[in-house]
Amino acid sequence: MAELMYWEALRRAHDEEMTRDPLVICMGEDIGVAGGTYKATNGLYDKYGPERVIDTPISEGGYTGVGIGASFIGVRPIIEIMSVNFAWLAMDQLFNTAAKVRYMSGGQLEAPIVVRSPGGTAHQLGAQHSARMEKVFMGIAGLRVVTPSNSRQAYGLLKSAVRCNDPVFINEHELMYNMKGEVPDEEYFMPLEGSEVAREGSDVTLFGYNISVHWCLAAAEILASKHGINAEVIDLFSLSPLDRDGIKASVSKTHRAVIVEEAEPAVGVGSEVMAIINEECFFELDAPPVRVSAENVPIPYNHKLEKMAIPTAQHVVDAVLKQLGLS
Amino acid sequence: MKPADKKRVLKEMLFARRFEERCYEAYVERKIGGFLHLYPGEEACAHGVLEAARPGHDYVMTSYRDHIHAIKSGVSPKAVMAELFSKETGCCKGLGGSMHIFGAEHRFMGGYALVGGPFPLAAGIAKGIKLKGGDEICICFLGDAANNQGVFHETMNMAKIWDLPVLYICENNLYGIGTRIDRSTAVVDQYKRMSGYDIPSAQVDGQDIDIVYDAAKIAVDHVRSGKGPYFLELMTYRYRGHSMSDSNAYRAKEEEQMWGKRDPIIILRDRLIEAGGVTLEEYEQMDSEIIAEIEDDIIKFAEESHEPSAELLDKYVLAENDPWVRGGAK
Repeated sequence: MAELMYWEALRRAHDEEMTRDPLVICMGEDIGVAGGTYKATNGLYDKYGPERVIDTPISEGGYTGVGIGASFIGVRPIIEIMSVNFAWLAMDQLFNTAAKVRYMSGGQLEAPIVVRSPGGTAHQLGAQHSARMEKVFMGIAGLRVVTPSNSRQAYGLLKSAVRCNDPVFINEHELMYNMKGEVPDEEYFMPLEGSEVAREGSDVTLFGYNISVHWCLAAAEILASKHGINAEVIDLFSLSPLDRDGIKASVSKTHRAVIVEEAEPAVGVGSEVMAIINEECFFELDAPPVRVSAENVPIPYNHKLEKMAIPTAQHVVDAVLKQLGLS
Repeated sequence: MKPADKKRVLKEMLFARRFEERCYEAYVERKIGGFLHLYPGEEACAHGVLEAARPGHDYVMTSYRDHIHAIKSGVSPKAVMAELFSKETGCCKGLGGSMHIFGAEHRFMGGYALVGGPFPLAAGIAKGIKLKGGDEICICFLGDAANNQGVFHETMNMAKIWDLPVLYICENNLYGIGTRIDRSTAVVDQYKRMSGYDIPSAQVDGQDIDIVYDAAKIAVDHVRSGKGPYFLELMTYRYRGHSMSDSNAYRAKEEEQMWGKRDPIIILRDRLIEAGGVTLEEYEQMDSEIIAEIEDDIIKFAEESHEPSAELLDKYVLAENDPWVRGGAK
């Protein structure tokens, strides 16, 4: 099993799918000649040419619509939006058309596109380059949302997303492209629905996704080594739909839930997971579920304030201790 | 257009007029719900352009004023009317409605309700045509007011730099909902806006189908020959309000009367009568037959069809049994 960086895993998935099917194309800003801001399409322009590796103008709504239109007649576009902040500009095409076209045409057309875009707060990028907007995408019927937390998931989710007939939004993270992880040498496909147990435990469930899985895992180590608490970590790689069965199974085992998200708390993953817990397994709970979320502020430029806005593993540890009445 | 075709097209345009007028009545009778945007006055646009193209082979899409473009592309008028009546026999099984008529088997790629939404979708279909190597083109009909949305500019730029086989037809009916074009738009002549994208364009009378056809022929030939996009502006007028909820109080009666004298159906009819291609009696006979067909055949079908079954409620949200959702066939 090879160790690949997250971007290398994405690049491998692009390359394999483009080799397999001449109608798989990729498009986005600087993805061709320049090789991609995060290198996910590095070298593909030379290999597949400008008709299939398309450098777009800075026109997010426009080129996302172009990808959707092409998908109506069998093209499989992988659209990279350089930053999720720019994906706001493509929401009309994604929500009004890609997510609805099968439905409103009575099953005649569908939009099998993949949109990849990094969200998250990186280093001092300021308010308009630090958004976490998975919460916006996951509330749209007809659109799948997945979010890889490691290289294996990045590879396997993109592979399945390209082949799936639904539009899939892949929420990546600016800080994770150089993160290393094992990826199977043979072809590998992740399911687009479900969750993974990232760490087995018995005392409390920490729900994370994308980068917050890593905070949860770090918190679980601290909880185990310093406090003797055995936390389970559930990786919610699918945000739409969320894995009701997986959430229920883990909470029914540990009877406690802490949901960890990099985004602001309102109308987000945490609130949705809490709602599912209420609906599926309320009477399994030994304590009210807790959210660990970002501060409800635009992200500041100042590095010290920026760090204050975003949760850390220590915040997760503190939330667990408080929930257990130990602090 | 050949003389023999003109008589057929006259009949099609008259059918389009009567079909839309009957929709108006059905809306008043509450048989049709939601929003309803009608096409009377603009018939020469869709018919002239699509006569010059190859409907069923070429891809066609438009906005929400879409019934006639769908029918001219080959979608059955019964299926369109049943859709308006929200029946399961409708072309979209009653899930789409007036603004979302689709006929994929005829390559009618839909009616969309965001005015500029189809601009990039049409360019994308054209990109797909190019990748697959066919000689089809994509024809996108939109209103003048759509040109004030951002994706208009984004798409024209991309269509040009990528030489896409897409033909944009601007049906300029002078009003964006209830606002006259000179109050909303800095450059009133829409074809001039193409100079910013180096896209060839033309502006012609959209009420005279012979003129529309000739201009469309040039445009279609240009696009099909691989020379890239083209933009054709057709000056036209809608007789009714923007939609049924529109009181139409914003237009001067004199203006309406002036355009009423340039009715596209009457222009073609009188020209054909003069050329001996049709007599007034034949035309009147044609009209009564159309009215009877709409009533006895189309409306009856829509009325008698059943409502969509409850299982359709969530049938088309996500792909059914897509193996990749489970990570492939295991």
